[in-house]
Amino acid sequence: MDWTALGLSLRLGLVTVGLLLPLSFVLARWLAFGRFRGRGLVEALVALPLILPPTVVGFYLLVAFGRGSPVGAAFEALFGQPLVFSFEGLVLASLLVNLPFAVQPMQNALAAIPQNVRDAARCCGLSPLQAVRSVELPLALPGIATAAVLTFAHTLGEFGVVLMVGGSIPGETRTISIAIYDRVQAFDEPAAGAMALVLLVIAVAALAVTNALARRAGRRD
Amino acid sequence: MHPGTGLQVRLRRAEPFALDVEFEAPAGAITALFGPSGSGKSTVLRAIAGLQSMDVARVACGGATWHDTATGLATPPHRRPVGFVFQDYALFPHLTVREQLALSLGHRPPAERPARIDSLLQLVHLEALGDRRPSALSGGQQQRAALARALARDPAVLLLDEPFAAVDWALRESLRQELVRLQRALSLTIVLVTHDFEDVAKLASHLVVLEDGIVTASGSVESLTGRNAVPGVSGLREPAVAFDARVEAHEAERQLTVIAAGDLRLEVPAIAAPVGAPVRMQLAAREVILASRRPEGLSLHNVVEAEVLAIEPAAHAALRLVHLRVGATRLLSLVTVDAARKLELAQGKPVLALVKAVAIEAFA
Repeated sequence: MDWTALGLSLRLGLVTVGLLLPLSFVLARWLAFGRFRGRGLVEALVALPLILPPTVVGFYLLVAFGRGSPVGAAFEALFGQPLVFSFEGLVLASLLVNLPFAVQPMQNALAAIPQNVRDAARCCGLSPLQAVRSVELPLALPGIATAAVLTFAHTLGEFGVVLMVGGSIPGETRTISIAIYDRVQAFDEPAAGAMALVLLVIAVAALAVTNALARRAGRRD
Repeated sequence: MHPGTGLQVRLRRAEPFALDVEFEAPAGAITALFGPSGSGKSTVLRAIAGLQSMDVARVACGGATWHDTATGLATPPHRRPVGFVFQDYALFPHLTVREQLALSLGHRPPAERPARIDSLLQLVHLEALGDRRPSALSGGQQQRAALARALARDPAVLLLDEPFAAVDWALRESLRQELVRLQRALSLTIVLVTHDFEDVAKLASHLVVLEDGIVTASGSVESLTGRNAVPGVSGLREPAVAFDARVEAHEAERQLTVIAAGDLRLEVPAIAAPVGAPVRMQLAAREVILASRRPEGLSLHNVVEAEVLAIEPAAHAALRLVHLRVGATRLLSLVTVDAARKLELAQGKPVLALVKAVAIEAFA
């Protein structure tokens, strides 16, 4: 059992959820309520990580984050270390590949709020920001929670992209999924089995939570 | 009435459908925005609240300008003192009635809010249901909660979008009575959107008729119905006059109430309103019989001396619509061509208008 890898995975999951949720809420709200050309294109781009093979996503991110790329060079100039094969690079990659898991549940939840209810919030004297806080956020809460659970669970399980962008540096980029693969390669089946069980339990718990939230959201209407 | 205290609206828009509207809703009165669906009524209401953009707009209320495209002024919805009751009520599903009211009291100091919530709940008879969420309320209760939430803002104008469309007929009648009671008690300025002329006849004192985005008539309900001059609906609805009257006396023994509007006095089945109380009357033209002599031996209560103002063709070729005057009050009578000839009806001729007490709809 690789506790360092499990700790790293949990840390990556929490950091990803913490950063991605606010960003995705803004994006989801824009997609749910905004009236603009090219919405379909933006939605397709957000959904892309769902259908693209992880190695392909990982390859492009590796190229984009590399020391020769503008992003990689800028990061290295600022922080004195390369972006690829670092925890920070892993976080950035995780944010991008989890975009559909975070945006889509929130976008659906926001789009389900009737226009009249949002208008009523304004007519009650709430500023746009107050209306988001008092009406939109609570009503979209099941969607937000679903987004958090899905993002967290998916981050724990991501393998291909992590391997491409992060490699397998203990304590830096070796997540639990990578560790399982390493253990299997080393014929250490008990350790691989223990870690696989941890991921299985987390996945089942995540599904139970999202289903419960979906039922709760359904009951309220 | 002070000219600057009502709501003045001037709106124009080309897309997605043309709208060109100008009207004034007097302060302390109910103005009905009446027209068929798709005429742009709801769009006008939304524009007053600031929820709808317009090519040209000037909206002013109580001397304050809310929207003026000429100067670029556009007060956002949350800074306009309007109360909006949406057709489907648009209550917040995650909040109790009390919480919804609290949300609308942001303009009042926090210390005042609980007491204000209590009095609002009392006003709409929801004292016992304040801690319920909308899903645990009936349709009528939801409507009253939405009304309380709109009133919580202390609005300069109350905007109602088809407020009775979603409730059944029996409930509609009592909700109308409630609205009239509130309007009188708080002397609210109300703009009411409806496609049901019953709402106009029973609630509104002023009428703006909207057809295909254009105002085709506006004025007091009494003058428009009295002249049978409500365009678009004249062919659809029966000619009837709607006017304001007062309770003059109760004749308890005969179970009758005498109501008066100017020189016109009518006996109607007893209504539960104190002497002096305002009542809204509606009288269909087909219920008014004309006579040249005072009849005898009839079950009739009301024989009114009137003067013929005009005779016009009715929807049916064999009928005539007779415009009558009793003092300053107008009545309409629908008679056959044959009867008009027998009575030798002509402009300026005095006649007797006979009205059964039960034919008069009195709305206290």
